[in-house]
Amino acid sequence: MRLNYILSDLGIGLKRNLSMTIAVVVTIWVSLALFGSALLANSQVSLMKGNWYDKIQISVFLCTKDSGGRGCSGAEVTQEQKNRIQQVIQTNPDTAPDGVFSESKKEAFESFKKLYKDSPIVSTVTEDQMQESFRVKLKDPQRYQNLVSAVAGLPGVDTVQDLRQYLDPLFKALNGLQIGAIFAAGLLLAAALMQIFNTIRLAAYARRREIGIMRLVGASNFYIQLPFLLEAVLAALVGAVLACGTLWLGVYLIVMQRAQETFRVWQWVGATETFRAMLYMVLVGVILAVIPTFLTTRKYLKV
Amino acid sequence: MIRFENVSKTYEGQSKAALLNVNVEIEKGEFVFLVGTSGSGKSTFLRLVLREHRTTRGHIMVAGKDLNRLASWRIPQMRRQIGTVFQDFRLLPNKTVAENVAFALQVIGKPRSHIRKTVPEVLELVGLDGKEDRLPDELSGGEQQRVAIARAFVNRPMILIADEPTGNLDPGTSVGIMKLLDRINRTGTTVVMATHDVSIVDQMRKRVIELQNGHVVRDESRGVYGYQH
Repeated sequence: MRLNYILSDLGIGLKRNLSMTIAVVVTIWVSLALFGSALLANSQVSLMKGNWYDKIQISVFLCTKDSGGRGCSGAEVTQEQKNRIQQVIQTNPDTAPDGVFSESKKEAFESFKKLYKDSPIVSTVTEDQMQESFRVKLKDPQRYQNLVSAVAGLPGVDTVQDLRQYLDPLFKALNGLQIGAIFAAGLLLAAALMQIFNTIRLAAYARRREIGIMRLVGASNFYIQLPFLLEAVLAALVGAVLACGTLWLGVYLIVMQRAQETFRVWQWVGATETFRAMLYMVLVGVILAVIPTFLTTRKYLKV
Repeated sequence: MIRFENVSKTYEGQSKAALLNVNVEIEKGEFVFLVGTSGSGKSTFLRLVLREHRTTRGHIMVAGKDLNRLASWRIPQMRRQIGTVFQDFRLLPNKTVAENVAFALQVIGKPRSHIRKTVPEVLELVGLDGKEDRLPDELSGGEQQRVAIARAFVNRPMILIADEPTGNLDPGTSVGIMKLLDRINRTGTTVVMATHDVSIVDQMRKRVIELQNGHVVRDESRGVYGYQH
Protein backbone atom coordinates (compact mmCIF):
# COMPACT_ATOMS: atom_id res chain seq x y z
CA MET A 1 0.00 0.00 0.00
CA ARG A 2 1.54 3.27 -1.09
CA LEU A 3 0.76 5.86 1.50
CA ASN A 4 1.74 8.90 -0.56
CA TYR A 5 -0.72 8.04 -3.34
CA ILE A 6 -3.48 7.54 -0.82
CA LEU A 7 -2.69 10.81 0.93
CA SER A 8 -2.65 12.76 -2.32
CA ASP A 9 -5.99 11.16 -3.19
CA LEU A 10 -7.28 12.24 0.21
CA GLY A 11 -6.14 15.82 -0.33
CA ILE A 12 -7.78 15.98 -3.76
CA GLY A 13 -10.98 14.50 -2.37
CA LEU A 14 -11.14 16.98 0.49
CA LYS A 15 -10.54 19.94 -1.81
CA ARG A 16 -13.14 18.79 -4.28
CA ASN A 17 -15.81 18.33 -1.64
CA LEU A 18 -14.83 21.16 0.64
CA SER A 19 -18.32 22.57 1.16
CA MET A 20 -19.85 19.14 1.70
CA THR A 21 -17.04 18.21 4.07
CA ILE A 22 -17.60 21.39 6.06
CA ALA A 23 -21.32 20.60 6.27
CA VAL A 24 -20.52 17.12 7.57
CA VAL A 25 -18.03 18.51 10.09
CA VAL A 26 -20.50 21.07 11.44
CA THR A 27 -23.32 18.54 11.75
CA ILE A 28 -21.08 16.05 13.52
CA TRP A 29 -19.77 18.83 15.74
CA VAL A 30 -23.19 19.95 16.97
CA SER A 31 -24.63 16.46 17.30
CA LEU A 32 -21.65 15.14 19.23
CA ALA A 33 -21.68 18.16 21.52
CA LEU A 34 -25.32 17.41 22.33
CA PHE A 35 -24.53 13.75 22.78
CA GLY A 36 -21.70 14.68 25.14
CA SER A 37 -24.02 16.93 27.18
CA ALA A 38 -26.47 14.07 27.52
CA LEU A 39 -23.67 11.85 28.78
CA LEU A 40 -22.65 14.50 31.27
CA ALA A 41 -26.22 14.97 32.49
CA ASN A 42 -26.29 11.24 33.04
CA SER A 43 -23.03 11.37 35.01
CA GLN A 44 -24.43 14.23 37.06
CA VAL A 45 -27.51 12.22 38.04
CA SER A 46 -25.31 9.26 38.99
CA LEU A 47 -23.08 11.49 41.08
CA MET A 48 -26.01 12.95 42.96
CA LYS A 49 -27.64 9.59 43.43
CA GLY A 50 -24.36 8.19 44.66
CA ASN A 51 -24.17 10.79 47.39
CA TRP A 52 -27.76 11.07 48.44
CA TYR A 53 -30.19 8.73 46.82
CA ASP A 54 -28.89 5.47 48.27
CA LYS A 55 -28.51 6.95 51.74
CA ILE A 56 -31.88 8.59 51.44
CA GLN A 57 -32.95 9.84 54.80
CA ILE A 58 -35.92 11.37 56.30
CA SER A 59 -34.90 14.21 58.52
CA VAL A 60 -37.04 14.84 61.59
CA PHE A 61 -36.21 18.29 62.91
CA LEU A 62 -37.01 18.90 66.55
CA CYS A 63 -38.39 22.01 68.15
CA THR A 64 -36.28 24.96 69.31
CA LYS A 65 -37.47 28.02 71.14
CA ASP A 66 -38.07 29.81 67.86
CA SER A 67 -39.68 27.06 65.80
CA GLY A 68 -43.33 27.30 64.91
CA GLY A 69 -44.08 23.71 63.91
CA ARG A 70 -47.30 21.96 64.78
CA GLY A 71 -45.81 19.93 67.65
CA CYS A 72 -43.91 22.84 69.14
CA SER A 73 -45.16 24.95 71.99
CA GLY A 74 -42.58 27.73 71.91
CA ALA A 75 -40.10 25.73 73.95
CA GLU A 76 -37.16 23.41 73.38
CA VAL A 77 -37.95 19.78 72.82
CA THR A 78 -37.75 17.82 76.11
CA GLN A 79 -35.77 14.64 76.68
CA GLU A 80 -39.05 12.82 77.23
CA GLN A 81 -40.40 13.93 73.90
CA LYS A 82 -37.15 12.94 72.22
CA ASN A 83 -37.32 9.43 73.68
CA ARG A 84 -40.89 9.08 72.53
CA ILE A 85 -40.09 10.25 68.99
CA GLN A 86 -37.09 7.94 68.76
CA GLN A 87 -39.22 5.03 69.90
CA VAL A 88 -41.89 5.76 67.27
CA ILE A 89 -39.27 5.89 64.53
CA GLN A 90 -37.43 2.78 65.67
CA THR A 91 -40.56 0.66 65.91
CA ASN A 92 -41.89 1.76 62.56
CA PRO A 93 -41.76 -1.23 60.17
CA ASP A 94 -40.28 0.86 57.34
CA THR A 95 -37.24 2.01 59.28
CA ALA A 96 -34.05 0.17 58.38
CA PRO A 97 -32.38 -1.75 61.24
CA ASP A 98 -29.96 0.57 63.01
CA GLY A 99 -31.29 3.24 60.69
CA VAL A 100 -31.81 6.01 63.22
CA PHE A 101 -29.15 8.59 63.83
CA SER A 102 -29.58 11.58 66.04
CA GLU A 103 -27.77 14.80 65.29
CA SER A 104 -27.08 17.15 68.19
CA LYS A 105 -26.93 20.91 67.94
CA LYS A 106 -23.15 20.70 68.10
CA GLU A 107 -22.92 18.23 65.21
CA ALA A 108 -25.39 20.26 63.19
CA PHE A 109 -23.28 23.34 63.72
CA GLU A 110 -20.09 21.53 62.68
CA SER A 111 -21.54 20.33 59.41
CA PHE A 112 -23.08 23.73 58.79
CA LYS A 113 -19.70 25.37 59.19
CA LYS A 114 -18.17 22.85 56.83
CA LEU A 115 -20.78 23.35 54.14
CA TYR A 116 -20.63 27.12 54.22
CA LYS A 117 -17.02 27.50 55.19
CA ASP A 118 -16.34 30.32 52.72
CA SER A 119 -19.57 32.13 53.39
CA PRO A 120 -19.97 35.11 55.69
CA ILE A 121 -23.19 33.55 57.00
CA VAL A 122 -21.18 31.34 59.40
CA SER A 123 -20.21 34.26 61.60
CA THR A 124 -23.83 35.27 62.13
CA VAL A 125 -25.04 31.86 63.25
CA THR A 126 -24.53 30.34 66.68
CA GLU A 127 -24.65 26.74 67.82
CA ASP A 128 -27.76 27.48 69.78
CA GLN A 129 -29.73 28.34 66.70
CA MET A 130 -29.12 24.89 65.23
CA GLN A 131 -31.85 22.29 65.28
CA GLU A 132 -31.53 18.86 66.77
CA SER A 133 -32.71 16.14 64.42
CA PHE A 134 -33.19 12.46 63.84
CA ARG A 135 -31.91 11.19 60.46
CA VAL A 136 -33.70 8.08 59.35
CA LYS A 137 -32.67 5.48 56.86
CA LEU A 138 -35.51 3.53 55.29
CA LYS A 139 -35.66 -0.10 54.26
CA ASP A 140 -37.22 0.94 50.98
CA PRO A 141 -36.64 4.56 50.02
CA GLN A 142 -39.88 4.54 48.02
CA ARG A 143 -41.98 3.90 51.12
CA TYR A 144 -41.51 7.02 53.14
CA GLN A 145 -45.09 8.21 53.60
CA ASN A 146 -46.00 5.87 56.44
CA LEU A 147 -43.17 7.07 58.61
CA VAL A 148 -43.63 10.72 57.68
CA SER A 149 -47.28 10.67 58.77
CA ALA A 150 -46.48 8.72 61.92
CA VAL A 151 -43.90 11.21 63.10
CA ALA A 152 -45.34 14.50 61.89
CA GLY A 153 -47.39 16.13 64.59
CA LEU A 154 -45.79 14.30 67.50
CA PRO A 155 -45.06 16.68 70.37
CA GLY A 156 -41.55 18.07 69.95
CA VAL A 157 -41.40 17.55 66.17
CA ASP A 158 -40.97 20.75 64.18
CA THR A 159 -40.80 19.54 60.56
CA VAL A 160 -40.27 16.27 58.71
CA GLN A 161 -38.28 16.54 55.53
CA ASP A 162 -38.07 13.96 52.83
CA LEU A 163 -35.02 14.50 50.62
CA ARG A 164 -36.78 13.07 47.62
CA GLN A 165 -38.94 16.13 47.55
CA TYR A 166 -35.83 18.14 46.79
CA LEU A 167 -33.98 15.72 44.57
CA ASP A 168 -36.74 14.41 42.36
CA PRO A 169 -37.51 17.70 40.56
CA LEU A 170 -33.81 18.11 39.88
CA PHE A 171 -33.53 14.59 38.55
CA LYS A 172 -36.57 15.18 36.41
CA ALA A 173 -35.04 18.30 34.96
CA LEU A 174 -31.75 16.55 34.26
CA ASN A 175 -33.60 13.63 32.79
CA GLY A 176 -35.58 15.88 30.51
CA LEU A 177 -32.41 17.64 29.45
CA GLN A 178 -30.82 14.31 28.72
CA ILE A 179 -33.74 13.01 26.67
CA GLY A 180 -33.96 16.26 24.75
CA ALA A 181 -30.25 16.29 24.03
CA ILE A 182 -30.22 12.65 22.94
CA PHE A 183 -33.22 13.21 20.70
CA ALA A 184 -31.66 16.26 19.04
CA ALA A 185 -28.31 14.50 18.78
CA GLY A 186 -30.03 11.52 17.18
CA LEU A 187 -31.73 13.70 14.58
CA LEU A 188 -28.51 15.50 13.77
CA LEU A 189 -26.53 12.29 13.58
CA ALA A 190 -29.12 10.93 11.16
CA ALA A 191 -28.65 14.10 9.11
CA ALA A 192 -24.88 13.59 9.29
CA LEU A 193 -25.29 10.03 8.03
CA MET A 194 -27.25 11.23 5.03
CA GLN A 195 -24.73 13.97 4.35
CA ILE A 196 -21.89 11.48 4.43
CA PHE A 197 -23.86 9.22 2.15
CA ASN A 198 -24.38 12.06 -0.35
CA THR A 199 -20.83 13.32 -0.11
CA ILE A 200 -19.48 9.93 -0.93
CA ARG A 201 -21.91 9.42 -3.75
CA LEU A 202 -20.73 12.69 -5.28
CA ALA A 203 -17.09 11.89 -4.66
CA ALA A 204 -17.48 8.44 -6.16
CA TYR A 205 -19.14 10.01 -9.18
CA ALA A 206 -16.41 12.62 -9.53
CA ARG A 207 -13.78 9.90 -9.42
CA ARG A 208 -15.62 7.35 -11.53
CA ARG A 209 -12.90 7.26 -14.21
CA GLU A 210 -10.14 6.53 -11.74
CA ILE A 211 -12.29 4.04 -9.89
CA GLY A 212 -13.24 2.30 -13.14
CA ILE A 213 -9.59 1.90 -14.07
CA MET A 214 -8.62 0.80 -10.57
CA ARG A 215 -11.20 -1.96 -10.72
CA LEU A 216 -10.10 -2.93 -14.20
CA VAL A 217 -6.43 -3.31 -13.33
CA GLY A 218 -7.25 -5.19 -10.13
CA ALA A 219 -6.83 -2.69 -7.31
CA SER A 220 -8.21 -4.22 -4.12
CA ASN A 221 -11.54 -3.00 -2.81
CA PHE A 222 -9.86 -1.81 0.34
CA TYR A 223 -7.42 0.29 -1.67
CA ILE A 224 -10.31 1.90 -3.56
CA GLN A 225 -12.31 2.51 -0.37
CA LEU A 226 -9.45 3.79 1.71
CA PRO A 227 -9.40 7.44 0.51
CA PHE A 228 -13.14 7.66 1.14
CA LEU A 229 -12.79 6.13 4.59
CA LEU A 230 -9.93 8.44 5.49
CA GLU A 231 -11.91 11.43 4.29
CA ALA A 232 -14.89 10.46 6.45
CA VAL A 233 -12.75 9.67 9.49
CA LEU A 234 -10.92 12.96 9.15
CA ALA A 235 -14.20 14.89 8.95
CA ALA A 236 -15.54 12.97 11.96
CA LEU A 237 -12.38 13.61 13.97
CA VAL A 238 -12.41 17.33 13.25
CA GLY A 239 -16.10 17.45 14.19
CA ALA A 240 -15.43 15.44 17.35
CA VAL A 241 -12.53 17.65 18.42
CA LEU A 242 -14.68 20.76 17.95
CA ALA A 243 -17.47 19.08 19.93
CA CYS A 244 -15.04 18.17 22.71
CA GLY A 245 -13.89 21.79 22.86
CA THR A 246 -17.47 22.96 23.03
CA LEU A 247 -18.28 20.52 25.82
CA TRP A 248 -15.23 21.54 27.81
CA LEU A 249 -16.15 25.20 27.42
CA GLY A 250 -19.69 24.40 28.57
CA VAL A 251 -18.48 22.47 31.61
CA TYR A 252 -16.03 25.22 32.45
CA LEU A 253 -18.50 28.08 32.13
CA ILE A 254 -21.63 26.45 33.53
CA VAL A 255 -20.44 23.86 36.02
CA MET A 256 -17.05 25.02 37.21
CA GLN A 257 -17.73 28.77 37.23
CA ARG A 258 -21.37 28.81 38.22
CA ALA A 259 -22.98 25.65 39.55
CA GLN A 260 -20.10 24.58 41.78
CA GLU A 261 -20.00 28.02 43.35
CA THR A 262 -23.73 28.37 43.81
CA PHE A 263 -24.70 24.83 44.84
CA ARG A 264 -21.82 23.60 46.91
CA VAL A 265 -23.91 20.98 48.63
CA TRP A 266 -23.69 18.70 45.67
CA GLN A 267 -20.86 17.10 43.89
CA TRP A 268 -20.66 18.24 40.27
CA VAL A 269 -19.27 16.64 37.16
CA GLY A 270 -15.66 17.59 36.59
CA ALA A 271 -12.72 16.81 34.39
CA THR A 272 -12.94 13.02 34.82
CA GLU A 273 -16.53 12.78 33.65
CA THR A 274 -15.91 15.27 30.87
CA PHE A 275 -12.94 13.33 29.52
CA ARG A 276 -14.91 10.11 29.66
CA ALA A 277 -17.73 11.75 27.71
CA MET A 278 -15.20 13.04 25.16
CA LEU A 279 -13.84 9.56 24.64
CA TYR A 280 -17.32 8.28 23.84
CA MET A 281 -17.95 11.25 21.56
CA VAL A 282 -14.84 10.60 19.48
CA LEU A 283 -15.66 6.89 19.34
CA VAL A 284 -19.26 7.47 18.28
CA GLY A 285 -18.21 10.11 15.75
CA VAL A 286 -15.67 7.87 14.08
CA ILE A 287 -17.94 4.82 14.06
CA LEU A 288 -20.82 6.86 12.66
CA ALA A 289 -18.57 8.14 9.90
CA VAL A 290 -16.98 4.83 9.03
CA ILE A 291 -20.10 2.68 8.84
CA PRO A 292 -22.05 4.71 6.24
CA THR A 293 -18.85 5.29 4.27
CA PHE A 294 -18.18 1.61 4.20
CA LEU A 295 -21.72 0.80 3.13
CA THR A 296 -21.90 3.57 0.52
CA THR A 297 -18.55 2.79 -1.03
CA ARG A 298 -19.47 -0.87 -1.15
CA LYS A 299 -22.62 0.06 -2.98
CA TYR A 300 -21.02 2.42 -5.47
CA LEU A 301 -17.73 0.63 -5.95
CA LYS A 302 -19.18 -2.81 -6.40
CA VAL A 303 -16.81 -5.14 -8.21
CA MET B 1 -6.40 -20.29 -20.69
CA ILE B 2 -10.10 -19.37 -21.13
CA ARG B 3 -12.78 -22.02 -21.23
CA PHE B 4 -16.54 -21.50 -21.56
CA GLU B 5 -18.60 -24.55 -20.61
CA ASN B 6 -22.28 -24.30 -21.61
CA VAL B 7 -22.31 -20.68 -20.65
CA SER B 8 -25.59 -18.76 -20.74
CA LYS B 9 -26.12 -15.23 -19.59
CA THR B 10 -29.46 -13.48 -19.27
CA TYR B 11 -29.34 -9.97 -17.86
CA GLU B 12 -31.71 -9.14 -15.07
CA GLY B 13 -35.06 -7.91 -16.33
CA GLN B 14 -34.54 -9.24 -19.84
CA SER B 15 -36.15 -12.28 -21.35
CA LYS B 16 -33.71 -12.78 -24.21
CA ALA B 17 -30.39 -14.38 -23.39
CA ALA B 18 -27.27 -12.37 -24.23
CA LEU B 19 -25.29 -15.61 -24.49
CA LEU B 20 -26.74 -19.08 -24.91
CA ASN B 21 -24.93 -22.37 -24.42
CA VAL B 22 -21.55 -21.10 -25.43
CA ASN B 23 -18.70 -23.61 -25.47
CA VAL B 24 -15.33 -22.15 -26.32
CA GLU B 25 -11.78 -23.05 -25.41
CA ILE B 26 -8.97 -20.56 -25.95
CA GLU B 27 -5.45 -21.86 -25.45
CA LYS B 28 -2.54 -20.04 -23.91
CA GLY B 29 -0.83 -17.77 -26.44
CA GLU B 30 -3.68 -17.77 -28.94
CA PHE B 31 -4.89 -14.70 -30.83
CA VAL B 32 -8.66 -14.77 -31.20
CA PHE B 33 -11.03 -12.43 -32.99
CA LEU B 34 -14.54 -12.21 -31.62
CA VAL B 35 -16.82 -11.00 -34.40
CA GLY B 36 -20.52 -10.43 -34.81
CA THR B 37 -23.02 -7.63 -35.13
CA SER B 38 -23.84 -5.26 -32.29
CA GLY B 39 -25.87 -7.10 -29.69
CA SER B 40 -24.54 -10.49 -30.74
CA GLY B 41 -22.96 -11.05 -27.33
CA LYS B 42 -19.33 -10.01 -27.88
CA SER B 43 -19.25 -7.54 -25.03
CA THR B 44 -21.06 -9.94 -22.70
CA PHE B 45 -18.44 -12.56 -23.55
CA LEU B 46 -15.61 -10.18 -22.56
CA ARG B 47 -17.38 -8.96 -19.42
CA LEU B 48 -17.88 -12.49 -18.24
CA VAL B 49 -14.16 -13.19 -18.66
CA LEU B 50 -13.44 -10.10 -16.52
CA ARG B 51 -15.99 -11.36 -14.00
CA GLU B 52 -17.90 -8.09 -14.20
CA HIS B 53 -20.97 -10.30 -14.30
CA ARG B 54 -21.69 -13.85 -13.27
CA THR B 55 -22.96 -16.45 -15.69
CA THR B 56 -26.60 -17.41 -15.43
CA ARG B 57 -25.68 -21.00 -16.24
CA GLY B 58 -22.48 -22.82 -17.02
CA HIS B 59 -18.89 -22.28 -15.96
CA ILE B 60 -16.02 -20.10 -17.12
CA MET B 61 -12.50 -21.13 -16.35
CA VAL B 62 -9.80 -18.47 -16.58
CA ALA B 63 -6.22 -19.57 -15.94
CA GLY B 64 -7.52 -22.72 -14.30
CA LYS B 65 -9.93 -20.95 -11.95
CA ASP B 66 -13.70 -21.29 -12.01
CA LEU B 67 -14.96 -17.71 -11.97
CA ASN B 68 -18.29 -18.70 -10.42
CA ARG B 69 -16.48 -20.12 -7.42
CA LEU B 70 -14.14 -17.18 -7.04
CA ALA B 71 -14.75 -15.25 -3.81
CA SER B 72 -15.48 -11.61 -4.55
CA TRP B 73 -12.41 -10.41 -2.64
CA ARG B 74 -10.28 -12.52 -4.95
CA ILE B 75 -11.60 -10.87 -8.12
CA PRO B 76 -9.07 -7.99 -8.07
CA GLN B 77 -6.23 -10.53 -7.86
CA MET B 78 -7.69 -12.36 -10.86
CA ARG B 79 -8.02 -9.13 -12.87
CA ARG B 80 -4.34 -8.37 -12.40
CA GLN B 81 -3.70 -11.25 -14.80
CA ILE B 82 -5.89 -9.70 -17.48
CA GLY B 83 -5.14 -6.49 -19.35
CA THR B 84 -8.04 -4.64 -20.94
CA VAL B 85 -8.22 -2.13 -23.79
CA PHE B 86 -11.34 -0.29 -24.94
CA GLN B 87 -12.52 1.58 -27.99
CA ASP B 88 -12.59 4.85 -26.01
CA PHE B 89 -9.07 4.43 -24.50
CA ARG B 90 -10.21 5.41 -20.96
CA LEU B 91 -7.12 7.39 -20.06
CA LEU B 92 -7.06 9.80 -17.15
CA PRO B 93 -7.00 13.26 -18.76
CA ASN B 94 -5.11 14.99 -15.94
CA LYS B 95 -2.26 12.51 -15.89
CA THR B 96 0.64 12.34 -18.31
CA VAL B 97 1.35 9.32 -20.49
CA ALA B 98 3.85 7.92 -17.99
CA GLU B 99 1.55 8.64 -15.04
CA ASN B 100 -1.37 6.91 -16.74
CA VAL B 101 0.71 3.78 -17.19
CA ALA B 102 2.25 4.02 -13.72
CA PHE B 103 -1.23 4.41 -12.18
CA ALA B 104 -2.07 0.80 -13.04
CA LEU B 105 0.92 -0.38 -11.03
CA GLN B 106 0.53 2.09 -8.17
CA VAL B 107 -3.00 1.06 -7.36
CA ILE B 108 -2.06 -2.59 -7.05
CA GLY B 109 0.71 -1.66 -4.65
CA LYS B 110 3.82 -2.23 -6.77
CA PRO B 111 7.00 -0.75 -5.31
CA ARG B 112 8.19 2.54 -6.73
CA SER B 113 11.49 1.12 -7.95
CA HIS B 114 9.60 -1.48 -9.99
CA ILE B 115 7.38 1.23 -11.48
CA ARG B 116 10.33 3.44 -12.39
CA LYS B 117 11.95 0.55 -14.24
CA THR B 118 8.89 -0.95 -15.95
CA VAL B 119 7.02 2.08 -17.24
CA PRO B 120 9.76 3.32 -19.66
CA GLU B 121 10.24 -0.23 -20.90
CA VAL B 122 6.62 -0.70 -21.81
CA LEU B 123 6.36 2.80 -23.33
CA GLU B 124 9.28 1.91 -25.56
CA LEU B 125 7.57 -1.35 -26.51
CA VAL B 126 4.44 0.48 -27.66
CA GLY B 127 6.50 3.10 -29.49
CA LEU B 128 5.85 6.09 -27.24
CA ASP B 129 9.36 6.74 -25.94
CA GLY B 130 9.93 10.46 -25.86
CA LYS B 131 6.25 11.24 -25.20
CA GLU B 132 6.19 10.25 -21.52
CA ASP B 133 5.27 13.72 -20.32
CA ARG B 134 2.49 14.49 -22.78
CA LEU B 135 -1.11 14.67 -21.65
CA PRO B 136 -3.66 12.46 -23.44
CA ASP B 137 -5.18 15.56 -25.07
CA GLU B 138 -1.92 16.25 -26.85
CA LEU B 139 -1.80 12.84 -28.51
CA SER B 140 -3.45 11.42 -31.62
CA GLY B 141 -6.07 8.70 -31.27
CA GLY B 142 -3.61 6.00 -32.23
CA GLU B 143 -1.11 7.25 -29.69
CA GLN B 144 -3.76 7.34 -27.00
CA GLN B 145 -4.65 3.75 -27.74
CA ARG B 146 -0.96 2.87 -27.47
CA VAL B 147 -0.94 4.41 -23.99
CA ALA B 148 -3.99 2.33 -23.11
CA ILE B 149 -2.28 -0.81 -24.42
CA ALA B 150 0.86 0.06 -22.45
CA ARG B 151 -1.27 0.42 -19.32
CA ALA B 152 -2.99 -2.91 -19.98
CA PHE B 153 0.30 -4.69 -20.61
CA VAL B 154 2.57 -3.07 -18.03
CA ASN B 155 1.80 -5.72 -15.40
CA ARG B 156 2.58 -8.47 -17.95
CA PRO B 157 -0.87 -10.07 -17.91
CA MET B 158 -1.47 -13.58 -19.20
CA ILE B 159 -4.49 -12.40 -21.15
CA LEU B 160 -5.13 -9.18 -23.07
CA ILE B 161 -8.74 -8.34 -23.79
CA ALA B 162 -9.43 -5.71 -26.44
CA ASP B 163 -12.96 -4.48 -27.02
CA GLU B 164 -12.97 -2.88 -30.50
CA PRO B 165 -9.58 -1.23 -29.97
CA THR B 166 -9.53 0.17 -33.52
CA GLY B 167 -13.15 1.30 -33.51
CA ASN B 168 -12.22 5.00 -33.23
CA LEU B 169 -9.14 4.90 -35.45
CA ASP B 170 -8.51 5.35 -39.17
CA PRO B 171 -7.38 2.28 -41.17
CA GLY B 172 -3.72 3.27 -41.32
CA THR B 173 -3.50 3.83 -37.57
CA SER B 174 -5.44 0.62 -36.96
CA VAL B 175 -2.77 -1.40 -38.76
CA GLY B 176 -0.17 0.00 -36.38
CA ILE B 177 -2.27 -0.96 -33.38
CA MET B 178 -2.78 -4.47 -34.77
CA LYS B 179 0.96 -4.86 -35.28
CA LEU B 180 1.44 -3.89 -31.65
CA LEU B 181 -1.18 -6.38 -30.43
CA ASP B 182 0.45 -9.05 -32.59
CA ARG B 183 3.82 -8.27 -31.03
CA ILE B 184 2.31 -8.55 -27.55
CA ASN B 185 0.73 -11.86 -28.57
CA ARG B 186 4.15 -13.14 -29.61
CA THR B 187 5.45 -12.62 -26.08
CA GLY B 188 3.06 -15.42 -25.08
CA THR B 189 0.10 -13.28 -24.03
CA THR B 190 -3.30 -14.63 -25.04
CA VAL B 191 -5.18 -11.92 -26.96
CA VAL B 192 -8.96 -11.83 -27.31
CA MET B 193 -10.20 -9.00 -29.49
CA ALA B 194 -13.78 -8.11 -30.29
CA THR B 195 -14.05 -6.19 -33.54
CA HIS B 196 -16.19 -5.03 -36.42
CA ASP B 197 -13.20 -4.31 -38.63
CA VAL B 198 -13.50 -6.62 -41.64
CA SER B 199 -10.19 -5.80 -43.28
CA ILE B 200 -8.19 -6.33 -40.12
CA VAL B 201 -9.69 -9.76 -39.50
CA ASP B 202 -9.20 -10.76 -43.10
CA GLN B 203 -5.58 -9.61 -43.13
CA MET B 204 -4.49 -11.21 -39.89
CA ARG B 205 -5.86 -14.71 -40.63
CA LYS B 206 -6.18 -15.63 -36.97
CA ARG B 207 -8.77 -17.72 -35.20
CA VAL B 208 -12.26 -16.20 -35.60
CA ILE B 209 -15.20 -16.88 -33.31
CA GLU B 210 -18.46 -15.47 -34.63
CA LEU B 211 -21.38 -14.80 -32.36
CA GLN B 212 -24.96 -14.34 -33.48
CA ASN B 213 -27.83 -13.73 -31.06
CA GLY B 214 -25.75 -15.15 -28.25
CA HIS B 215 -24.79 -18.35 -30.11
CA VAL B 216 -21.40 -19.31 -31.45
CA VAL B 217 -22.14 -19.81 -35.16
CA ARG B 218 -18.58 -20.15 -36.42
CA ASP B 219 -15.19 -21.00 -34.95
CA GLU B 220 -12.39 -21.16 -37.54
CA SER B 221 -8.71 -21.44 -36.83
CA ARG B 222 -7.50 -19.18 -39.66
CA GLY B 223 -10.69 -17.36 -40.48
CA VAL B 224 -11.92 -14.26 -42.19
CA TYR B 225 -14.59 -11.86 -41.00
CA GLY B 226 -17.41 -13.49 -42.96
CA TYR B 227 -19.06 -13.58 -46.32
CA GLN B 228 -22.19 -11.51 -45.85
CA HIS B 229 -20.46 -8.32 -44.79
